[in-house]
Amino acid sequence: MRLRALAGWLRIEGRAAVVAVPLVWLGLFFLLPFVVLAKIAVSESVIARPPYLPIWDWAEGVLNISLNFGNFQFLTEDPLYLLAYLGSLKMAAVSTVIALLIGYPMAYVIARAPSNRRNILLMLVVLPFWTSFLLRVYAWIGILKGNGLLNGLLMATGIIHEPLVILQTDFAVYLGIVYSYLPFMILPLYSTLVKLDEALLEASADLGARPFVTFVTVTLPLSVPGIIAGALLVFIPAVGEFVIPALLGGPKTLMIGSVLWNEFFSNRDWPVASAVAIVMLVVLVLPIGLLQRTQSEKEENA
Amino acid sequence: MRRSVSLRLVAIFGFVFLYAPILSLVVFSFNESKLVTVWGGFSTKWYAALLEDQQILDAAWISLRVAVMSATLATVIGTLASYALARFGRFRFRMLLSGAVTAPLVMPEVITGLSMLLLFVALEGIFGWPAGRGVDTLVIAHATFGAAYATVVLGSRMSALDRSVEEAALDLGARPLRVFFDVTLPALAPALISSWLLVFTISLDDLVVSAFVTGPGASTLPMVIFSKVRLGVSPEVNALATLVIAAISVVIVLASWQMRRAAAQTR
Repeated sequence: MRLRALAGWLRIEGRAAVVAVPLVWLGLFFLLPFVVLAKIAVSESVIARPPYLPIWDWAEGVLNISLNFGNFQFLTEDPLYLLAYLGSLKMAAVSTVIALLIGYPMAYVIARAPSNRRNILLMLVVLPFWTSFLLRVYAWIGILKGNGLLNGLLMATGIIHEPLVILQTDFAVYLGIVYSYLPFMILPLYSTLVKLDEALLEASADLGARPFVTFVTVTLPLSVPGIIAGALLVFIPAVGEFVIPALLGGPKTLMIGSVLWNEFFSNRDWPVASAVAIVMLVVLVLPIGLLQRTQSEKEENA
Repeated sequence: MRRSVSLRLVAIFGFVFLYAPILSLVVFSFNESKLVTVWGGFSTKWYAALLEDQQILDAAWISLRVAVMSATLATVIGTLASYALARFGRFRFRMLLSGAVTAPLVMPEVITGLSMLLLFVALEGIFGWPAGRGVDTLVIAHATFGAAYATVVLGSRMSALDRSVEEAALDLGARPLRVFFDVTLPALAPALISSWLLVFTISLDDLVVSAFVTGPGASTLPMVIFSKVRLGVSPEVNALATLVIAAISVVIVLASWQMRRAAAQTR
């Protein structure tokens, strides 16, 4: 009897352990850091190691808590921060639209390809994702710079006579973001388009709709979940992007990821950097929540 | 079928867009000229220069160690998390767990990196651990966001697995732990390999989170590359990129060949 009770206990404990290990790890190293981030965002910056003051102190039986919201106030006083947030949102939104315009036809062609070719095409989409992101962004420097490949090609064919200034412009940043995040747009689009029932398209054609009308009235509405998922997967990380504007952007490119980086590494102002991060999180809470919901809906339907 | 021709053209343009930059990296790594994009004849001298660059070699060794350790840790955590999410039905903290494994996938890296660093500094202040920052903190950080990727890869495989085999083993009296090791894990093997490889490559490539959580003396390979290319193009980086691309291609070809063979055997 005792043994059986022990075995039953072990089984329940076993299940608990399976849940507990990832939960504790992610709680400690992914969720708890945000609590610390919020704490540092309301502490005062000092020149010390670490460069902030504790938000509470205990002296002679009195607990003093001082929350310094000056960091957030500082963000509203200098227009640089507002411009950087708006700049990031604009960059991310425009790149998402361009990625959708390129990604949709690609996903559509792959989904409609014969099934033996589909996997190869899909693999071709995913493969660049496996090669280094940093090196793929670096490759664009060689292509876009003044005496780079693109200018060389355009001048050799006589389309232009003076090299174009492309590197260190916002255009180069758009290009970099679309290029780097395109697979994230294509994959969710593909998975909704491949499940699309061909019979619906045939029915629409039989009823006399031209292909374009069928596309707008049948295919497009049915692929909305894929469009939303793909757009969010591009938009959210693009808002906080640092590497692409740092390598391809110019001095006028204003993105919040770079601002945060500079506050931390150049100004060594950890509290202001934390406040910048907290505001970015608040801006992104809505899209992240939306993405979580579409993902869990997908799980339930599967 | 005019429509499908123009569609196909867009798709071809898309694939060229994806691959042309990678190809240009490889071609110009064999360029004699230092001006990376002006062809000056075939040469392998940048590969020789690469092998003598002690800074790059040291950083590569650190990155490799971190990638191996974090890929292993992340795959273990991801296996447990995806097993719980796929097999336990409703349980307490389910929402919390599924949220915690998907959020790192989309969280901007500057936020993840900064908040993890602040945690490490706070922990060191309170408990004295982790003492300083370097390989240890890199491994913890990479394993954490790596676990999210591992959970996605393993989860999709786990839900595609035929549960009846596991149930049959249970009915025949095998204990759950034994079923997990004898039935579930072997069936997961291809996904375990791809999850490990995915986290390995992501860890090897990470710049932003690493820059935040590492300490002096532990610069990773992407950090060294970044500081080099910020000053302009460097043929040595092209040579390094070619080696990385070659290594990854070999691994992917081997892995897909292995998977195809495994699929053929089970058929």
